[in-house]
Amino acid sequence: MGRTLAEKVWDAHVVRKGEAGQPDLLYIDLHLVHEVTSPQAFEGLRLAGRPLRRRDLTVATEDHNTPTLDIDRPIADPTSRTQIETLRANCKEFGVRLHPLGDKEQGIVHVVGPQLGLTQPGLTIVCGDSHTSTHGAFGALAMGIGTSEVEHVMATQTLPLKPFKTMAITVEGKLRPGVSSKDIILAVIAKIGTGGGQGYVLEYRGSAIRALSMEARMTICNMSIEAGARAGMVAPDETTYAFMKGRPHAPQGEEWDAAVEYWNTLHTDDDAVFDAEVFLDANELEPFVTWGTNPGQGVSLSQSVPDPDSFADENAKAAARRALTYMDLAPGTPMKDIRVDTVFLGSCTNSRLEDLRAAAEIIRGRQKDPNVRMLVVPGSARVRLEAEAEGLDQVFKDFGAEWRFAGCSMCLGMNPDQLAPGERCASTSNRNFEGRQGKGGRTHLVSPVVAAATAIRGTLSSPSDLGAVPAAAGTSGHSA
Amino acid sequence: MEKFTSHTGIGVPLRQSNVDTDQIIPAVFLKRVTRTGFEDALFSSWRKDESFILNQEPFNRGSVLVAGPDFGTGSSREHAVWALKDYGFRVVLSSRFADIFRGNSGKQGLLAAVVAQDDVELIWKELENHPGTQITVDLESKTVTCGNLVAPFEIDDYTRWRLLEGLDDIGLTLQHEDEIAAYEAKRPSFKPTTLPVRN
Repeated sequence: MGRTLAEKVWDAHVVRKGEAGQPDLLYIDLHLVHEVTSPQAFEGLRLAGRPLRRRDLTVATEDHNTPTLDIDRPIADPTSRTQIETLRANCKEFGVRLHPLGDKEQGIVHVVGPQLGLTQPGLTIVCGDSHTSTHGAFGALAMGIGTSEVEHVMATQTLPLKPFKTMAITVEGKLRPGVSSKDIILAVIAKIGTGGGQGYVLEYRGSAIRALSMEARMTICNMSIEAGARAGMVAPDETTYAFMKGRPHAPQGEEWDAAVEYWNTLHTDDDAVFDAEVFLDANELEPFVTWGTNPGQGVSLSQSVPDPDSFADENAKAAARRALTYMDLAPGTPMKDIRVDTVFLGSCTNSRLEDLRAAAEIIRGRQKDPNVRMLVVPGSARVRLEAEAEGLDQVFKDFGAEWRFAGCSMCLGMNPDQLAPGERCASTSNRNFEGRQGKGGRTHLVSPVVAAATAIRGTLSSPSDLGAVPAAAGTSGHSA
Repeated sequence: MEKFTSHTGIGVPLRQSNVDTDQIIPAVFLKRVTRTGFEDALFSSWRKDESFILNQEPFNRGSVLVAGPDFGTGSSREHAVWALKDYGFRVVLSSRFADIFRGNSGKQGLLAAVVAQDDVELIWKELENHPGTQITVDLESKTVTCGNLVAPFEIDDYTRWRLLEGLDDIGLTLQHEDEIAAYEAKRPSFKPTTLPVRN
């Protein structure tokens, strides 16, 4: 019988097959490290007197704690500063390559890996961060792990893992204008629930997925964890190879040819069987937005806040009631009537150049709602530089948005970028949990173009809600 | 890791689904570089509410948390497990756990036991009607005892064995160092390395 993509990558990494219910021992090709989940792992190595097995398969960056303003000054928060300094000392002691704040390759770890060409098809990739699923967009098996596992990988370059089940998420059709990959994944999570992917590796397939750019595929795979899945994958194709070719750590010359030959085998066989299948019609999809406090609590933007009593399951009813209280929303309120205070464009979900371009295209020549503040946080220092080379920074600044330095920023508010209690935010990030973006803050997850339209109107909005660009602004280089 | 065979302690009913790791420990507490001392961080936002279950006697002395489905979703932060353990919890019961949280628990000797939702509902009622009721969780027989109820729980055999024996994963893996080296010797040369740095 044929094998799925996930099974092929798994099989190629088995160091030792588990016997009698024991897990397989899997080799790990790439270990990404950041400051938050690594200090206790380095300390564990030190206490046990164990070396780092493969520093040449390990790379670190600073992202969660880093400020997005005044990055040339010492970090003000002493605990954040200590954590960053701890990473620097550990990387020095163990010989790990580090891209620190101020380096042109610094940034969110899941933006940095693909940008350097280190993220490649068929690899096993881990990081002490649940959004490691992002890298699955290249046909890699990429998983978030805890700190004990980080230490395990440091010491052995392997992980004992139980085989996962496989789920096909097939999306057929063509997305309408103003609808993006973020809407696909939010709709998938609303459909299967936050636990629907538990125990599975998801494979996204179908014509709508094939038509997506690498950036858009990364957005989808990134949020696989929000459906409870350990990983999400897309089979590599010409779009993947075009993205990778010429990047610093992509194979070169004959190595490239050998790699492509192997990568071309990385697809699910026609006679392979998935353990579960889900279908979504791209033609029917509208911009999607969350109303609650978990990523499964979402609706189309044209719909209203649901009535908790409309849910069949008692736990879902209770969760909806609690969420609406926290979000300060009444059932039946049209989503488009919800006014926001802040718009956040950033995070490992939507902070790549394509995301910034899409938002800039909407706001170019238009005015920001004066009561809304907008933060634009590029995913990496390189993304920031590339955006500036295209003049996108000026578009955001002219609009009245704040143009910041790279990092995780307001996605989780470990640095000073936080919501105030009661503040409401349209955010391109991945989690709308209670207090995620700051204590008492209220989050609506949206796509970059919905974020941009919302910043203009002040209420949750889709690009189709906007009128024509004012004629007076037509001289600023707007293209249709 | 400390061995886990059986544990008896006060049960704490947490009638909520989707308890994500941002609730178990908010991100602000992740800046610490130590592995212990997180007891104050556990459910820190919710604990500011006086009516929260852990602010009530005798639940504040509980060691078996009984939660709704999809416990531990979201972030991979192992700090969530450290915070539960530092507070005094030894066991969490739920009908469904997020994968990474369950894995992290197994590495740290916190028992994440999967109990059918119908049994969770019965345990909640018992704990609410008789606060202070002790729950016994026996890993040998894979059963939970609460009042008159004896319910089975599920846990994968490998994690159960490691918990019963108190085994360290890294030590187990390094017994197979020769096989790791053999695998490394035949990895294709086109696979990337982070060093030397290429620009």
